[in-house]
Amino acid sequence: MASSSFNPRQLAGFLAQAAPAVISIGLVLVAWELYANHSGIKPTVLPAPSRVFEQAMLNRDALLDNAIPTIRATLIGFACSLSAAFALSMLVDFFQPLRRALFPVFIVSQTLPLVAIAPLVVLWFGFGLTPKIMLVALVTFFPMLVALVQGYEATEVEIGQMLRAMGAGRWRVFILARLPSALPYFFAGLRISITYAVVGAIFAEYAGAAKGLGIYMLNAKNNFRPDLVLAAVGVSAALTLVLFGLTVVLQRLAMPWERAAGRRAARKGPQA
Amino acid sequence: MSRLELRHMRKAFGGLEVLADISLRVDAGEFVSILGPSGAGKSTLFQLLTGAEHGEGEMFFDGAPLDDHGRHFAFMPQRDALMPWRRILDNTTLGLEVQGLGRKAARTRVAPLFAEFGLAGFERHFPAQLSGGMRQRAALLRTVVQERDMLLLDEPFGALDALTRAAMQRWLEQMWRHHRWTALLITHDVREAVFLSDRIYVLSARPARVVREIQVPLPRPRDPTSAATRQAGVLEAEILDILLNLQPTKGHDHD
Repeated sequence: MASSSFNPRQLAGFLAQAAPAVISIGLVLVAWELYANHSGIKPTVLPAPSRVFEQAMLNRDALLDNAIPTIRATLIGFACSLSAAFALSMLVDFFQPLRRALFPVFIVSQTLPLVAIAPLVVLWFGFGLTPKIMLVALVTFFPMLVALVQGYEATEVEIGQMLRAMGAGRWRVFILARLPSALPYFFAGLRISITYAVVGAIFAEYAGAAKGLGIYMLNAKNNFRPDLVLAAVGVSAALTLVLFGLTVVLQRLAMPWERAAGRRAARKGPQA
Repeated sequence: MSRLELRHMRKAFGGLEVLADISLRVDAGEFVSILGPSGAGKSTLFQLLTGAEHGEGEMFFDGAPLDDHGRHFAFMPQRDALMPWRRILDNTTLGLEVQGLGRKAARTRVAPLFAEFGLAGFERHFPAQLSGGMRQRAALLRTVVQERDMLLLDEPFGALDALTRAAMQRWLEQMWRHHRWTALLITHDVREAVFLSDRIYVLSARPARVVREIQVPLPRPRDPTSAATRQAGVLEAEILDILLNLQPTKGHDHD
């Protein structure tokens, strides 16, 4: 946020909202730390959070080095999936029969177990970026497509009627009404899909890659280093949270009227 | 000469007959209401006019068969149908933009009207920030700035609370006196029809036909506190009687 829009009340409100989450996560970590240190469990089975953190710091270069390919695969894969979902959602919106022809295929694609598909895709397309992009696209494409198509259909009937009475053709109605109506659905889909995307990328790397958080986790596990596995998990969680936060910021920027609606509720009295 | 004339319009959806026989006319600068029970097919009539649906019968505009629907009518739907993502100013320019006017030109044309519509200072607000009455005024502004030959108002105040609705009716009557729009209003509110109209067509329940055409000889401005109020009351009672006696109650005998 720009400093011009900084508001101490807003910050306090944000902290108050975040406090319960921070406290519950803190409690889990404390309990975990106490258990790992005092139950006699071996650190090669369950390392304490402090040890995970320590090892993450020691290995930060390796972690970073492996996080970058994961980020790249996630973003490129998600961008491809998003473009495809958008193009296809428009086609489906304009030619309804397409929906009946295509949706069953996509639903089947969602039933494929990633565990089985990931190694196959790596087998077919090698250890490069392509299989990762494909797997990320596979897990994110359908949720985005459904969100968009549903969003178009959420257009208020009367807005459509009015536009047609004004003389607008189907394309104008789509641009002026259906597309903006789909925005809330689009962002809801985006928030869910972006988390799938990271998981998809890591899964693809797990099945075979030269570098990446997925293969890093696999190697750490094979070397009996659960602390490093958990450190990589921490990195991927942080990555997911950042991407999630970005979608929230993006939504705020793209839909300023949502916050405006809140401001009216806060104002006193009606103005007739 | 009448601007709009309908002769024996009929419309059925599948086997369901909605409009049985509708003949009516609207003269230039005249405010005409179509009054009928809920579900009588009043909105279907507007769909025929705007070209969203096609029926049997003849429709004329200025004496010529009605073909290019969009050119003649500016349509105001039941709910305000303001786009939540557009600021009020950009909502009111919508019709002009669809007509092909640039956004800037459209804004210059709409902006001076904001004061008259009681919306001055709210140009940059989003619809969600406005009260129901203001939203309806914005919707009407969006409708009239299209400068079509005729306004089609489909129960424009139906969603408002009673007090706001009464205020909006007075405001609309006053606006109409200044502008003399040719207007066709759909409503099921007898008082609203009498208060606003020069003439009223009373429709039967579905399948709809015109059961009565009523002149409203009340002087304008229509001030609810004036001496004419009693006259309006008599007219309202008479119309209400017609409407209540055409409810399709079984065994009811009415000529």
